[in-house]
Formats: sequence, C-alpha cells, structure tokens
Amino acid sequence: MTRFFVIRFLRGLLTLFLVLSFAFVILRSTGDPAMLIMSADAPPEALEAFRKGWGLDAPLWQQYLGYFKNLLQGNFGYSMRDKSPAMDLVLARIPATLTLALPALVIKLVIGISAGVFAALHRNTWIDRLLISMSIAGYTMPSFVLGLVLVLVFAVGLGWLPSGGDATWQHAILPIITLSLGGAAVLARFTRSAMLEVMGQPYIRTASAKGLVWRRVVLDHAMPNAAIPTLTVIGFMVGSLIAGAVVVESVFSWPGVGRLLVTSVANRDLAVVQSLLLLVATTMVCANLLVDALYGWMDPRVRSGQTGQGKTA
Amino acid sequence: MTAPSQIQDSAKVSGSFRSAVWPLVRSTPLLIRLCAVWIAVVLGIALLADLLAPYSYSQLDLLARLTPPVFWGGTPAHWLGTDELGRDVLSRLIFSVRISLLVGFISTLLSATVGVMMGFAAAHFRGWVEQVVLTLVDFQASMPFMITALAVLAFFGNTLPLFIALLGFYGWERSARIARGLTIAANEHGYAAAVYDLGASPWRVYFRHILPNIASTLIVSVTLTFPEVILLESGLSFLGLGVQPPMTSLGNMVGYGREYLQTAPWILLAPSVLIVATTFSVSMLGDWLRDRLDPTLN
Repeated sequence: MTRFFVIRFLRGLLTLFLVLSFAFVILRSTGDPAMLIMSADAPPEALEAFRKGWGLDAPLWQQYLGYFKNLLQGNFGYSMRDKSPAMDLVLARIPATLTLALPALVIKLVIGISAGVFAALHRNTWIDRLLISMSIAGYTMPSFVLGLVLVLVFAVGLGWLPSGGDATWQHAILPIITLSLGGAAVLARFTRSAMLEVMGQPYIRTASAKGLVWRRVVLDHAMPNAAIPTLTVIGFMVGSLIAGAVVVESVFSWPGVGRLLVTSVANRDLAVVQSLLLLVATTMVCANLLVDALYGWMDPRVRSGQTGQGKTA
Repeated sequence: MTAPSQIQDSAKVSGSFRSAVWPLVRSTPLLIRLCAVWIAVVLGIALLADLLAPYSYSQLDLLARLTPPVFWGGTPAHWLGTDELGRDVLSRLIFSVRISLLVGFISTLLSATVGVMMGFAAAHFRGWVEQVVLTLVDFQASMPFMITALAVLAFFGNTLPLFIALLGFYGWERSARIARGLTIAANEHGYAAAVYDLGASPWRVYFRHILPNIASTLIVSVTLTFPEVILLESGLSFLGLGVQPPMTSLGNMVGYGREYLQTAPWILLAPSVLIVATTFSVSMLGDWLRDRLDPTLN
C-alpha cells in the first residue's frame, strides 16, 4: 500500500515537472514577448532594457534553472501587463470560477450517477435507449452552443435571466446549467457501463440467488463495485474544476480563471499562463492522488497490492 | 472477432451485393440509419463544396448585410441569409463543413497513427521504453487537453497545418493504451509466434498480422475520438484561437455570429445545428459499432 502511494506520488511530481518544463520550453522558445508587449516599432534600447528586466536575454538553460529556483522560493513571476505577481492575479479569479464550478459539480454527480444507474437497471428498455441518446446528445453538444441557445431562449427571448456578467446571483444560473449538462452526460455514460459490467458478474447472481432483496443487491453489491471505475471520471472532473470552464466563462463574460487564461494567452502574458498551468496541473495531480487513496479504501485488492500490476496497466 | 468473418462468409454465399447488404441494413436501428445518412450527406457537402456553394465564402455584398434567411422573411438570393459583411451564410456554412471535417479527419488519423506506433513500441520493447510511453500516456491523460492546446496555439502563432498537428495529439493516449494492451495479448497468441517462427520481421508481424486483428477495437475508439476532435476544433475556433479568418470553420462562424445574437441569430444557429447533428451522428454510430464489434464487451 505504502509502495503503491509512493509510486503514485512520484508519478504525480513527474507530471508536474513535465508540465512546467513543457510550459517553459513552449512559452520561451517561440516569439519575442518584448516585441509583443512594446510593439515592434519601439526603440531598440527600450526593447533591450525590457528583455534585460525580464531576464529574457540570458541563455535558455539559465532562464530554465532560474525559473525552477524562483518556483521553489514561491516566486511565480510577474504579469508583463500590469507588473503584479502572476499567482496573485490567478488566485484572485478562483472564487469566481468556483462559484460556477462547485454547484455544477454537485448537479453533475446527482444527475449523472442517478441517470446512469437507472439506465443500467432498465437495460434495453425504451427508457434506457432514451437516456443513452440524451446522454450522447448532451455529450456531443458543445458548451458554447448550449450556452448560446440558453441565452437566446432565457435572456433574449423570455427576458427571465441576464445574458452575461456577474453582478447578481441570477447571473450564475445559466452558466451553471451549461456547465452541468455536458458533465452529467459523460458521467451517466460511464456509470451505466460500469453498472452493466458489474451486473454481469457472478457475485451479483449469487447475491440474488441467496434470496437477497433486489434493492439490497443493487445498493450493497452492485453500486460499490461500479463506483470504482466511475471514480476515475469524477476525479478528472474535480481536477478540472479550476480550468474546466474556459469556454463557458467566455460565453457568459464570467470573470473567472478560464477567461484570464484566454486573455493571457492572447496577450502572451508568460508568467500568468505558467502560473495557471501549474495550478491546473497541481489540482489535477492532487485529485488523482485522492482518487487513488479512495481506490485503496474501496477496493481491498488495491490495498493489498494484488491488482497493482493491473492498475498501472 | 467472429463477426467480420461471418459477414464475409454470408457475402460469399449469397453472391449478390443487394442480398448481402440488405439484411445488415434491416437489422440496424432507424436512428443509426439516419445518422449514417447524415454523415454521408455531410461528407458529400465537404467533398463538393465548390460545386454546391452559391457564392464564394468570402464574397462581400455590403448592400445586403444581415439579410434574414428565406423562412425568416429574407430573399431566395441568400437562402440562409447573410452576415454582418453581407457574406452568404449558406456558402460559408458549406466551406466551414469542409474545413472542420478536414481538420477532424487529419487530426484523428494523426492521433491514431501516433497512438498505435507508441502502443506497438511499448509492447515490443517493454522495459524502459514501455515505462516512458506509459508516463507520457499518464501525462497526456492528466492534463485537460483544452488548456495545453490553448497554451501551445497562442504562443506558436496559428497556421492551419500547425493547428491540425496540434489537434493530432488529442486522444493518442487512448489508441496507445488499446494497441499496447491488445498487442501484448496477441504476442502470446499462437499466430504471432507462428509468423515469427516462419522468419517474419517484427514490422511484418505488427502491420500485416497484429494490426488487422486489433483493428476493430481501434476503429471503434477512433470513431469516438473524431467527434471530440471536431468539438475541440470548434471550441478553440469559437474562442478565436483556432481556424483564423478569412478562413472559416463551424466554430469560427458561431464565435463571430455571437456578436449578432440578438439582431441576427441565424448566423450562429445554422453552424450550431450542423456541429451538433454531425458529432451526434458520429458518436451514435461509434457507440453502436462498439456494442457490435468490441469483443471485450461480449
């Protein structure tokens, strides 16, 4: 068990390292931020001073080492636009994003899991087929289309809800709905197939053959086992809480992390994009570790290391 | 694994194409048949875009700006109306389908190729090569692709080939996992060992013997990747960071049409319907194929 976690933890650290190196190489090796920030016809001395000021004139490997040294000291660089610490800019946007993402996560879990379990228990009936088709529709509908249709109906057409901004709590309703439906659809599909797989196992037949009430078979035997594969998807959803709303925030002009990412990428604000990538990668790695811990708690085979081979495969 | 050979056998016995295909069509649910027809229509539109489009996708008609579609009180000169620059929405739609499908096809193909090669490499060499591939798979699967793509795109600037190449990295890890798993299993089957014993090179074994045997599972995975690539393309183009004007794609049309949501909603409704219908059809078909072909589900 400890070994399992140490390996997982090291893999997580490796992922973070890869993300940061990837971000560094890509952001630093392409284009000249000095030109972009100061425009190409700025005086050469000013450009030179800018590059010096940001350490862009040093060789790439020196920048790379300096970058990791700064990170370890908690210095994530400064936004090139308004000179404030990049991480502060990012952290300031998190509450707005979570205002959308947390309620949406709850709705996703409630709708997705119940629809998936229900469909699996009514396999091959019309209700199952309806739920699958709806789930595929929800899954293939891009969030910007769903968002704009909701705006068209509820803001432009009926005038019930505002179309964008974050002034009141009513402003959050449409973005939350948009964000929830796609995720609920994905989760419903996963839950359904996980349930179907479990329902075909011999232990379910045994449980119902020994005379257990069907409800108990489903609740005590099928659902805990089906929860294990579903956890992975939920873990991914928790991990992408911070950055999962890029498109939705843009549609509804919601001042969250996602919009900050889009504008910083458009402005080539290196430090902000790097801080964002680091934050996203860290939440993702933490969520995955949490999922692994839950796996161990729910599945004794993982705990004792019996399926260690199978899990990493 | 028995399904394709059965189909081939029945085709041989009956001899005639019609009697071979008809029972297959008959046994297919109506919704799936509709989806297949829609995919065929969209493919036709993409291939024949030059013949079908009444105007060029960038041709301006400043006197006829924001004309509504015919059924909205417009004129037959522009069936689906015009946009803010007087460009014909129908023509733009037709060319957008071509670009979006082109991006989707090439990227999906790239992703499948990269994935299969990585999977084969991992299964063939095992050891540290396999560990590297698995680490890359983990890395790819643990970052939301949209975020990675956004960072790469804006910093490399944006040209169509680069954009396609970038999207080609979407979903490779799924093909790699499948290819690796199935290849390791296949290597233990008698047939691969038999061909090795006959003196075949590894290339021959992998591409002539193992690949055909794992193809059905791979094809299913690819039909699930394809609509996701289209969604990704349209999402990035919607944000203004994908296909760049004057070129047009479905997401790009929705993104620019958004400014006219109140006054001219037809600009974004037409491409939206097309995106949803197409990705829905491909996903339905992929799902249905998986249920029929994937041996691990039976």
